[in-house]
Amino acid sequence: MLVAKPGLDGHDRGAKVIARALRDAGMEVVYTGLRQTPEQIVQAAVQEDADVIALSILSGAHNHLFPRVMELLAQKGVNDVLVIGGGVIPEDDIPFLKKAGIAEIFGPGTPTKATIDFIRANLKR
Amino acid sequence: MSDVPETVRRIRSGDPRTLARTISRIDDGDPSVAQVLRALHTHTGRAHVIGVTGPPGSGKSTLVDKFVGEFRRRGLSVGVLAVDPSSPFTGGAILGDRIRMQSHALDEGVYIRSLATRGHLGGLSGAVMEAVRVLDAAGFDRILIETVGVGQSEVDIVRLADTVVLVSVPGLGDDIQVLKAGIMEIGDVFVVNKSDRDGADRVVREIRSMLETALVNGVTPRALSGAGVADRGGHHIASAARESANAHGYGDAHGLPPVLKTTAETGEGVMPVVDAVEAHRAALEESGLLRERRLRNAAYELRDALGKRLLARLDSPDALARLDALARDVVERRRDVYDAVDALHEALSLEEKHPRR
Amino acid sequence: MNDSESIRKGFATYTEGVEKSLGKFPERKGKFVTGSNAPVDRLYTPLDLEGRDYLTDQGFPGTYPFTRGVQNTMYRGRFWTMRQYAGFATAEESNKRYKYLLEQGQTGLSVAFDLPTQIGYDSDHALSQGEVGKVGVAIDSLADMEILFDGIPLDKVSTSMTINAPASVLLAMYIAVGEKQGVTPDKLNGTIQNDILKEYVARGTYIFPPAPSMRLITDIFEYCSKEVPNWNTISISGYHIREAGSTAVQEVAFTLADGVAYVEAAVKAGLDVDEFAPRLSFFFNSHNDLFEEVAKFRAARRVWAKIMKDRFGAKNPKSWMLRFHTQTAGSTLTAQQPDNNVVRVTLQALAAVLGGTQSLHTNSKDEALALPTEASVRVALRTQQIIAYESGAAETADPLAGSYYVESLTNRIEDGAWDYIRKIDSLGGAVKAIENGYVQQEIQDAAYTYQMDVESGERIVVGLNKFQIKEAAPEGLLKVDPAVGKMQEKKLADLRGRRDNAAVRTALEGLATAAQGSENLMPRILEAVRQYATLGEICDVLRGVFGEYQQKVVL
Repeated sequence: MLVAKPGLDGHDRGAKVIARALRDAGMEVVYTGLRQTPEQIVQAAVQEDADVIALSILSGAHNHLFPRVMELLAQKGVNDVLVIGGGVIPEDDIPFLKKAGIAEIFGPGTPTKATIDFIRANLKR
Repeated sequence: MSDVPETVRRIRSGDPRTLARTISRIDDGDPSVAQVLRALHTHTGRAHVIGVTGPPGSGKSTLVDKFVGEFRRRGLSVGVLAVDPSSPFTGGAILGDRIRMQSHALDEGVYIRSLATRGHLGGLSGAVMEAVRVLDAAGFDRILIETVGVGQSEVDIVRLADTVVLVSVPGLGDDIQVLKAGIMEIGDVFVVNKSDRDGADRVVREIRSMLETALVNGVTPRALSGAGVADRGGHHIASAARESANAHGYGDAHGLPPVLKTTAETGEGVMPVVDAVEAHRAALEESGLLRERRLRNAAYELRDALGKRLLARLDSPDALARLDALARDVVERRRDVYDAVDALHEALSLEEKHPRR
Repeated sequence: MNDSESIRKGFATYTEGVEKSLGKFPERKGKFVTGSNAPVDRLYTPLDLEGRDYLTDQGFPGTYPFTRGVQNTMYRGRFWTMRQYAGFATAEESNKRYKYLLEQGQTGLSVAFDLPTQIGYDSDHALSQGEVGKVGVAIDSLADMEILFDGIPLDKVSTSMTINAPASVLLAMYIAVGEKQGVTPDKLNGTIQNDILKEYVARGTYIFPPAPSMRLITDIFEYCSKEVPNWNTISISGYHIREAGSTAVQEVAFTLADGVAYVEAAVKAGLDVDEFAPRLSFFFNSHNDLFEEVAKFRAARRVWAKIMKDRFGAKNPKSWMLRFHTQTAGSTLTAQQPDNNVVRVTLQALAAVLGGTQSLHTNSKDEALALPTEASVRVALRTQQIIAYESGAAETADPLAGSYYVESLTNRIEDGAWDYIRKIDSLGGAVKAIENGYVQQEIQDAAYTYQMDVESGERIVVGLNKFQIKEAAPEGLLKVDPAVGKMQEKKLADLRGRRDNAAVRTALEGLATAAQGSENLMPRILEAVRQYATLGEICDVLRGVFGEYQQKVVL
């Protein structure tokens, strides 16, 4: 599991809570910290051989940054990683993000269990 | 991934995805990876393996980050293995060392991998030894291993690394006491990090005096011995090693390893540490100690591997049934422990001679 | 009169009676807790306040220890400042929103900057991509600041700027805009957040490591005490600590511990405590547990007064006063059934008013989904106006004082805060406690406990884990035009072609030299700003000298 915060916002409460919940669900979680560029996230995912990338963002830059992550993964020929997103993301934007390859978007108030169940059910490898 | 020659080729070309996947397969205990590791073996032994260990909160990750920067500046490629503990309850882990190494995230000459201990004791992950070989075969010049750094579990790194950097910090109080007992046996280069804090000079003095005391008592520092751990009563190579060490500017005339101050946050003092690590390596090589050390470490590894293999035999249903029956005998006082072990040993040996398909 | 013996007897009889009837009429839960997970008793009586003294603990409004408020007539004199945090996209757009808010009866401005501005990157920096103008207005240079306050006379408004790591730069720009309007610095009113410690802990818009950051802050204290005397030089913030998941006690404790660190740093830099302390201000959160929040504000005032008087020996009563801004809790807003958020905000705003806040921002109902629309901002502002004009809460000072429950809570929060402050002192102060991750760990643990309580259903959030409905996607959310980034980039390119680049270089070199020494950096920064050096250029110079902070992550 790679939990990453793209963008410049410093609100990592959600990212940290989900990282901890995933650990308590028995997963190994690499947390990359704040202000990660899509390039850094993809490089980390490759080097860590992540099965899942969980992106958390509250800055509103998701429409720019999420598709960029997918684009870079594709460039590196990585197609077996499950990418999910969370944060303050308007409903209107979700179809666009899903089309870009984000498997699911989890908005505010999503129980961590729902995220964990989704990951378990949708792992690509 | 079943194509062994192709996997080997990609590893040797340093392809990060293949490296990453191979290390995962090792970590997951995938038996098919053995073929790859066998094929890689002849391509290993070139990299300088550096362990970085010390108590939690001593700033190991930040130091490693700065070491990477310094090695890169010198044109050397670097692989990093950072180990964090697994939760004993859930098996999960949070691997957070990478956060402090993100300045190298986009450098193609750096590969960083986080590993969880997965129940392995000794401050490393069970996969580290093999992961080091993979990175070695991939051509990384320097391989840095950051241990968990809890308590006295530094045994593994001593048996794995060519050079061990032991990190301490002012203000940890009793931890220095813990180190006291075996300080000579662990470190080749001693670092007092966060040296902008009060008490840094005192820690330096304490470490020096511990090293001096050990030396007076006739303990050859590990740094200058071929052993995986220090030898009591000296070692025949020690004096030759001291000479070449001095020639390379490592340690002092009495064979005392260097004790250096750093402030990892600002990078202050990092360069002299890297110099000392490099000098140590040069001295080891020139004096023949490197080979000595690696011989000893290989022997440890073989012993471990054999032990694992023997233990694995207990996993067969027959063996488990036999084990349960003997355990019952012991508890119900029908046999003593020695007797039961004899019986178990005999049973396993018989099975080896006449394996049941 | 009731003596305590008879009350004790009566309480025993009451308890006996309750316990008898519990078999038949059990209580809803085995354990009752506040919004911050602190235990709540069945009943509070005078017995809970035994041994307490009215004059020492509560006193009168406007007198030490200010438990009952910092002004002697509180809102009978004048209401709190209704100040809505706003700003997005370009300076032009934000300027329009400010004028709208002022027309609607808002009494102060509160500027939200976009993230690149808050982290000291120009809009054309690689890391700024996708972020320009998103969570606030993009300010790259004095030119943008001139547009932002165009037609708004700076001697007539008070302006709060949520800016921390590059606070000196934005303050310098504000001063420079004033100069252009013919308003001298001594006529400027407002606040900069300037609270770097909570950035390391909770909000994340740090740039430099703690030591140089503290220097920048004390430089501002010193400069303003001489040149901009009516400026609130810092807003020591618990808001984001609470948003990150802390309890009410932690919010008070960690905020005041940060405050102690700033005062210590300033004293160490040679400033007289009574020179700068009256300009310190605070910023708190307000959650749904009305009584606990009111008690929190009261306890915070009391603890701070004691700290300033006893620990720092401040003599000026103004130095003892904890004046604060409040924002309702963004983290309590639900994306589900967002209309319910109006009710939450009302409770939270009422708590702030009953707790004696000096200014208030009420969140808009749609903030869990996106930036607020104009319509929802209006409802949020109206909420404050209804409390002010219709609820009666503002007609007397500290109306909840004397409530056995509220006074007990106030005492409990004070005790809890002192425990934390002592612990932090034993770790070597707030900066050390943050560097070693102690504060982050405490907050993180509280956040995780809260999340698990919600998930297990132990804690009910209406519309989220109970009383859910199927709902359609909300409509009409505010969208920031993605072209903003491009527009800012173009403005920057024009500026760099237009300004006197040699003068910029000289100013920046002067700043670099000064940063290596120990002189006050404010005049240097002001000079660079006047020459239209960009925010990113100025921060890059400082990055070069000071280095950058590395996040301490605790999980």
